[in-house]
Parts: sequence; structure tokens; C-alpha cells
Amino acid sequence: MHELTVTENILEIALCHAASAQARRITSLYLVIGQLSSIIDDSVQFYWDIISKGTLADGACLHFQRIPLEMVCQACDHRYSPHGEDFACPDCGSTKVKPLAGEEFYLEAIDVETDG
Amino acid sequence: MVKRIPIVENILGANERLAVKNRAALDAAGVFSLNFMASPGAGKTSLIEITIRNLSEQLHLAVIDGDIATSLDADRAAAAGAIAVQINTGGECHLDAAMIQAALPKLNLRMIDLLIVENVGNLVCPASFQLGTHKSILIASIPEGDDKPYKYPGMYRGVDALVINKIDLLPYVNFDMDYFQRGVEILNPDLVTFPLSCSSGEGIEAWVNWVTTAIEQQRSFVDYRS
Repeated sequence: MHELTVTENILEIALCHAASAQARRITSLYLVIGQLSSIIDDSVQFYWDIISKGTLADGACLHFQRIPLEMVCQACDHRYSPHGEDFACPDCGSTKVKPLAGEEFYLEAIDVETDG
Repeated sequence: MVKRIPIVENILGANERLAVKNRAALDAAGVFSLNFMASPGAGKTSLIEITIRNLSEQLHLAVIDGDIATSLDADRAAAAGAIAVQINTGGECHLDAAMIQAALPKLNLRMIDLLIVENVGNLVCPASFQLGTHKSILIASIPEGDDKPYKYPGMYRGVDALVINKIDLLPYVNFDMDYFQRGVEILNPDLVTFPLSCSSGEGIEAWVNWVTTAIEQQRSFVDYRS
């Protein structure tokens, strides 16, 4: 797994935006992670506690918003969240389907303390 | 004062920006490039060898080999007739765009027609890290089992072509091809697929033809743009 790389990237993006805002401290980070993105929250948190030490983000709280997989059937337009391993349309059985949500992998926002 | 700063930035955006630079460097030199991804033992190196042997008379080939520690794979690619560069990831589970950026200056790109990047054997992490290569190829193999598209959807979703290696083992292994292909179809509709065997040679011609056609298409695209 590559949670360390991912966590370093999160820190870098957050620090960059905090610096532009002339923030004193980062208090919270809001992450949006789709179900298809293979990241383990606990592992990111573990690395976060280590690598954020001594930075503006030291002690900041990580908030994970998990987005469930949502598919749409291109044959019958049915929208559904697949259960188990089979992603085919549960209504008509078609395999012509595509994900509408569940592939997200971004930092949505941060909360910062500023002097102003 | 506490305030919220909206960001909405892809967590792996830094890697993707580097991948764009790699692509530009490859395009500028007229190099067509493939990223080979697979689980360990699926046959990435064997397919590289057989691709080199089929194309080395007409094209200049190079291989960038990602491996945790050894140079065994790069040695095999060099023995088959390609210029080979080894990247030892030191335990990292995937190649990333920065590693490719560091490896490219070791190759005389102007002299190369086809560059194959052999990723670290892994069906999870390599799917998340773009390298800047033109096409991503997934090499599945019969003994791995027919459930892999269902278990590793991220990998199967992101690739441009699928090689199904070791088809000579079909009579000896429980592998339901319809079940496998149904899983692929759901994730990556109309994905171009090459069932083949690097041992027997069956199906190799179709794969090699696809590679040569892809190179020609890339060249005419680059010519058109310039």
C-alpha cells in the first residue's frame, strides 16, 4: 500500500494552501475518498500523526468522507449501489454499466487559524 | 480567527503533473511508451522478452524495469536485445512519475521507438500512479484465477489493453473465461483483449500487430500536430 506517499501529498497540499492564506495553524482537513480508491483511513491517520509533527498541521484533525460506489445501467438507466463483488445491473442484468460516484480522491478543504 | 479554505485538489495531483511532463518528453523525442502492470508472476518480463524478439529488427526498443531490489528483469530484457534501465524502488510497491522522470535521462530517447515500463508486480498501487506513458497494459494470467477483475476493480478499470497470458494452461486450471470476461466487461467495456501464451507463442502475433499499429497511430498523431 502507498498510504505514506498519499499522506505526504495531503500534508504538502494543505501546507501550501495554509501558507498562501498566511495561516498560523491548520486545525482540520476534509478528505473525500471514493469506495473504489484503495486507501485505509487508519493507516493514513497513523502516518499523519508522525509526519505532521512540527508543521503548521501538527495536531490537525483528519475528516474522511467516504463516498459509496454508485453505478448507472446504460441499458435501463437504473441507478444502484452494488452489493458484493458483482457490479452488474441488479434490475436487468446488463454489464453495460458505469460508476457515477465512488472514484473520488481529493482534499476538499482545510480549516485554519489566522491572525486576522 | 478560524476560517475554512476550499481546496478540492486531487491528492495525487503532484504525481499527475509530473506524468504530463514525462509524456511531453516522450512525445518530443517520438517515443511510444507502454506501462506493463500485473501481479507478480503473471508474465510481464516474458511478454517483454517476446515483444522485443518480435520487434527488435524493425524498431529500437528500451525497457525501464521497476523492481523492489534485483536487476533480474532488466537483465532478461537486455539479453533479449533491448536497452534496459533498472529502477530499484527500495520496497515501494509501485513506480511513480518521479521515478520515470529520473530514469528517462539514462536513455537516448531520440534513438528509441518503443519504451516499455515494467511496473512493480502488484494489482493495487500501480493503478493509482500515472507515469506519463501512452498506454497502460494489464497482464492477467490463467493460474491467478478468474475472480481478479472482481477483486481488483481499480486496476481493471484504468487500463487500455488486457493481455491474458498462459492460455496453454487452461486445460489444467479451473478458470471460467466467461466469468472472467464478464467482470472485465463491467469495469472496462470493449477493452481490447489478447489471450496468448508466452510459452507456446499462441496469440502473440495479434499482440505484436496491436503494438506496431499503436506506434504508427501515435506517429501520425504527432506528425499531424507538428
